[in-house]
Amino acid sequence: MRKITFSEATLEAMAEEMRRDSTVFVMGEDIARQGGIFGQFKGLPQEFGLERVRDTPISETAIVGAGLGSALNGCRPVIDMHFADFLGVAMDEVFNQIAKIRYMFGGQTAVPLVVRAPDGIIRSAAAQHSQSVEAWFLHVPGLKVVIPSNPADAKGLLKSAIRSDDPVMYFEHKRLFGQMGEVPEEEYFTPIGKANILRSGKDVTIISYSAMIQKVLKAAEQLEKEDHISVEVLDLRTIFPYDREGIAESVARTHRVMVVHESPKIGGVGAEITAYICETLLDELDAPPVRLGLRHVPIPFSPPLEQFVAPQVEDIVAAVKKMK
Amino acid sequence: MDFDKEMLTHFYRTMVRIRHFEEKANDLFLGGVLPGFIHLYIGEEAIATGVCSNLAKTDLITSTHRGHGHCIAKGADIQRMMAEIFGKKTGYCKGKGGSMHIADFSIGMLGANGVVGGGYNLATGAALAAKLRQTGQVAVCFFGDGASNRGTFHEAVNLASAWKLPVIFVLELNQYASTTPYRTTCNVENVSDRAHGYGIPGVVVDGNNVFAVYEVAKTAVERARSGLGPTFIEAKTYRIKGHFVGDPEKYRSKQEVEAQKGNCPIKRFKEKVLADKSMTQAELDSLDAAAAAEIEAAVKYAEESPWPEPEEALEDLFVEGVWHDA
Repeated sequence: MRKITFSEATLEAMAEEMRRDSTVFVMGEDIARQGGIFGQFKGLPQEFGLERVRDTPISETAIVGAGLGSALNGCRPVIDMHFADFLGVAMDEVFNQIAKIRYMFGGQTAVPLVVRAPDGIIRSAAAQHSQSVEAWFLHVPGLKVVIPSNPADAKGLLKSAIRSDDPVMYFEHKRLFGQMGEVPEEEYFTPIGKANILRSGKDVTIISYSAMIQKVLKAAEQLEKEDHISVEVLDLRTIFPYDREGIAESVARTHRVMVVHESPKIGGVGAEITAYICETLLDELDAPPVRLGLRHVPIPFSPPLEQFVAPQVEDIVAAVKKMK
Repeated sequence: MDFDKEMLTHFYRTMVRIRHFEEKANDLFLGGVLPGFIHLYIGEEAIATGVCSNLAKTDLITSTHRGHGHCIAKGADIQRMMAEIFGKKTGYCKGKGGSMHIADFSIGMLGANGVVGGGYNLATGAALAAKLRQTGQVAVCFFGDGASNRGTFHEAVNLASAWKLPVIFVLELNQYASTTPYRTTCNVENVSDRAHGYGIPGVVVDGNNVFAVYEVAKTAVERARSGLGPTFIEAKTYRIKGHFVGDPEKYRSKQEVEAQKGNCPIKRFKEKVLADKSMTQAELDSLDAAAAAEIEAAVKYAEESPWPEPEEALEDLFVEGVWHDA
């Protein structure tokens, strides 16, 4: 199969959907003339023009809110947040408008909107350009949250998100944009709400998502080779609604579970998933669930500090060994 | 501008339907019948009426927490509105919205919004979609003087102007942001002066004169439809009732409110059409009585409507799939 980058995979998703449906358009800061800060929109204006690939002013609230307004009047907008951190600026539009409009108005309307938000730690970007904020959105009923870990899923999930009649928060890790991976040439969709087993195992399940998957896979290989511990790696792909069946099946095979993510551990996705497992699958467990996440500080600037605050391969290995 | 009998009738009917709806809502709330909060539009009827009389059914509006008047002027069904403020199953939002969230997407009424200034970006985005899809629609954003000091105002008006979107920003300057007098929190006499800073027209109009509102809105709608972009209309008015029903109104005197009642848009309309003999007292009385009867019927409909089943609280979140706690 051909290999392309994560960034190219998202571009293909955008182009395919924009060709298919003239109501799909995209707007955000520096996306048209500059191609997006990570190059993830390069070439789109050449094919679709500056009406459908729109450079906005630096007005996050207007971008998000106008995206919603356009969705209410027949468009399928994709809006880009530049950095996921800036979602905070537009949070009212996200949780008081986008998430609630369908429900609050008794199901009168759909909200076919995609918010693309580049997140995660990258090259000492420091506290305001490095956050993984996905957990904020789990707490708000009315939003779907997807977070691919590889180019194939990036394309398939973005296509599913654009076709969805519900609002989808699409988090894409900044470190993944340049990652190469196999991506089918024929059309396909990655279903929202379905996790993926990236590696089968029998001793412990590690549930993770986004860029952290790479560290988890490395840790799993090392554990297999050096310690003969067989690790199953479950890529959540969608963190709301998360795949309860997929999680239950994996836990039933391994009886040990760990959740690892780059966002803060406290109140994070791991807290939700492990609480769910304890509430419903306690009999399956041979050991307490373990969570690894960001230490409870903003992301520091200096490389050794940045390295220290988020889980690394050796942290995952050590935590698994402690479970056995 | 001359207005034919049909238009005069439409103006008066719309204003008295709003007035009767609001007076009834006031009574029902004070009688303990209605849950939640009710924010009344009494005294401001000429604005929604004058603006919406220029709009087609396919045009769009966004509204505020004080949204009943906008709904009625845009053509919403009064029975379903009444059922919604009762919290009944037959209401526009099946009882999930209430007074602050009445919407009717089938007539382009994109919802009353409990967030002050919540409509700016929705209207702007709806206008963007109209432009992209070349539908010829115009979107109108109603908001108050309290909302005009939110930062979202700047972002939305700037974006709408930069992209020449078919949107009209209608400020209903009713003098109070909740309990705070407008001039104590804003150092400009006319908010519409800001329009010039965004490169769009800013117009001040007497918001209690339905004819004047109609005319400035007509110009703004024509401008928007022809692709020239937004207009900012500042309609000066006065909120006769408190911020919400039950508001003790300690921030203003009874004399002030009484003095403003002389400026009531419905009273002024009647005086004008009777003076120039374009309508008769009997015609006005008949429209008034019909509106009152219609509201009574809506109350009956709402009272007799069923409550939603509790489990219906779990419906309508997503189009695709449901999610409940495990």
